[in-house]
Amino acid sequence: MTSTPPHPPAPAQAGAANPAGLAKPAGAAVDPARASGPVPAVQITGLDKEFPVAGGGPTVALTGIDLTVAPGEFVSLIGPSGCGKSTLLRLIGDLVAPTRGEVRVFGAPARAARESQRYGIAFQQAGLLEWRTVAGNVELPLQVHGVKKKQRRERARELLELVGLGDFAGQWPAQLSGGMQQRVAIARALAERPPLLLLDEPFGALDEMTRERMQAELARIRVETATTVILVTHSIPEAVFLSDRVAVMSPRPGRIAEIIDVDVPGRMPAPGESGGGVPALEQAVGQAEDVREQAAFFQAVTAVREALRAGGGS
Amino acid sequence: MTGPVARAHPGGRGRGWARGTRSRLAVVLPPVVFGVAVVALWELYVQAYDIKPYLLPAPSEIWTQFRHSFRVIVDTSKATGSNALVGLVVGLVAGLVAAIVAASSKIVDGLLAPVAAAMNAIPIIALAPLFNSMFSTTSAVPRRLVVAIVVFFPVYVNTVRGLRQVPDVQRELMRSLAVGRWRFARTVQLPGAIPYIFTGFRVASSLAVIAAVVAEYFGGRQNGLGSRITSAAANTAYPRAWAFVLAACVLGIGVYLLAGLLEWLATPWRRGSGATSGT
Repeated sequence: MTSTPPHPPAPAQAGAANPAGLAKPAGAAVDPARASGPVPAVQITGLDKEFPVAGGGPTVALTGIDLTVAPGEFVSLIGPSGCGKSTLLRLIGDLVAPTRGEVRVFGAPARAARESQRYGIAFQQAGLLEWRTVAGNVELPLQVHGVKKKQRRERARELLELVGLGDFAGQWPAQLSGGMQQRVAIARALAERPPLLLLDEPFGALDEMTRERMQAELARIRVETATTVILVTHSIPEAVFLSDRVAVMSPRPGRIAEIIDVDVPGRMPAPGESGGGVPALEQAVGQAEDVREQAAFFQAVTAVREALRAGGGS
Repeated sequence: MTGPVARAHPGGRGRGWARGTRSRLAVVLPPVVFGVAVVALWELYVQAYDIKPYLLPAPSEIWTQFRHSFRVIVDTSKATGSNALVGLVVGLVAGLVAAIVAASSKIVDGLLAPVAAAMNAIPIIALAPLFNSMFSTTSAVPRRLVVAIVVFFPVYVNTVRGLRQVPDVQRELMRSLAVGRWRFARTVQLPGAIPYIFTGFRVASSLAVIAAVVAEYFGGRQNGLGSRITSAAANTAYPRAWAFVLAACVLGIGVYLLAGLLEWLATPWRRGSGATSGT
């Protein structure tokens, strides 16, 4: 935690952007869109990933990946099983190491970015620690990095309000439904105000109704926190609904086949281009319904589906 | 044994008092009725067929002896019970330490795993007479040692398993948080192993009393339940022998419940939702 982020200083915003007084390098909490200027949130160049196989040649999980994600952008990685989308997310998070090529997160190597907590991550399984209360789980990242108890409590309360679980702070994870647990996991990922949020099929295990609701919540959270988001998903509507761009991947070997810009009117504005305030939760869910019924939405879904088919995603 | 679990459940999974009591009764009542019925049948059978006490004494007679020798029973239970508890604590600590070392080092695990398996295969109780000659027969050390060794294995095996079962998602999460190995052990690995540790501990707690009683069968000081059972049986005082067996049962159940209570206290997150195992 002592390492300073290799990050251009942002003297103007640094003080104001740290209201909870978290013990973090000041730059980390600053809106990346403004603070980082031209530095991309994620820059991947010439990336290959191979997994060794016992008694044979290595399996090529990913090959020739180039991807640049701008600060504040929402990018989805979509593709069939085995296309390496989860591996790609883990490479960005430095949870696995690349075989060739480079991953830079806010200008720094992925490892340095992980060590200085430039991203938060949530997985398909919530992975909550069952012996900690809901609030205790949200506080976990803060606690392991030495944030004082009082500040932790406060931040956890804030975050649980954000994900609509304000009344559940003292509960045990086992008492929550799957959707609620996943909200806690997302709150935990946001605990340290990371400028980048990595989501690995966070709604994959939820039923369709819960899933759509969570998508609307995520869209709102993203606007509210001004975080860059990279989402791995199986679901075309989910990718289209949430993303500014959808990276369509194809398998054997895993690669990015096409990147599709999504522009569906009526969605919440991306952070930075917004003028109005953030809608309330129920309002956001209502708006999401409208968005999903638009012709532009279906067109975008069709475009992604065709790209998937063209990429041999069967 | 679990006390009333009165907690607020805003999630709506709460359980009313009445329903909780009724369900607890539904759990407790059948075995109690069954036990009473068995004892009643036993008594009837012995009376009706005039079974000789050396074959099978009547429950009423055992009970009479139990009351009659109550002070001796309390004293001998204390002796045997303290052997069991001391051995339990020693075996528990040794099992935990060995498991933590084994889980953190492949080499140590490679050394310990076959030894543990081999030791588990021999009947530890058989070592009691050997320990009696190794140490002074008048000391409690041989008995406590037997108990400690018996306790060691279930604790060791379950703890190693618990320390190894950290889900991938939690490993990746902690890696993303860039925490060190010790922090990882303290935050995720050890707390996650607690239910496993208690599974081993509960098994060990029953074994501890059995081992403490049986270890006394092989000579040494005559201050425990086991030695009283053998001497009463040798004097053809069968109802009295059975009274001490009854005391050993009570002691065993007591220690088991104690272990269950400790588990209940140590794992608050497993209470109430019906996820609690055992006891």
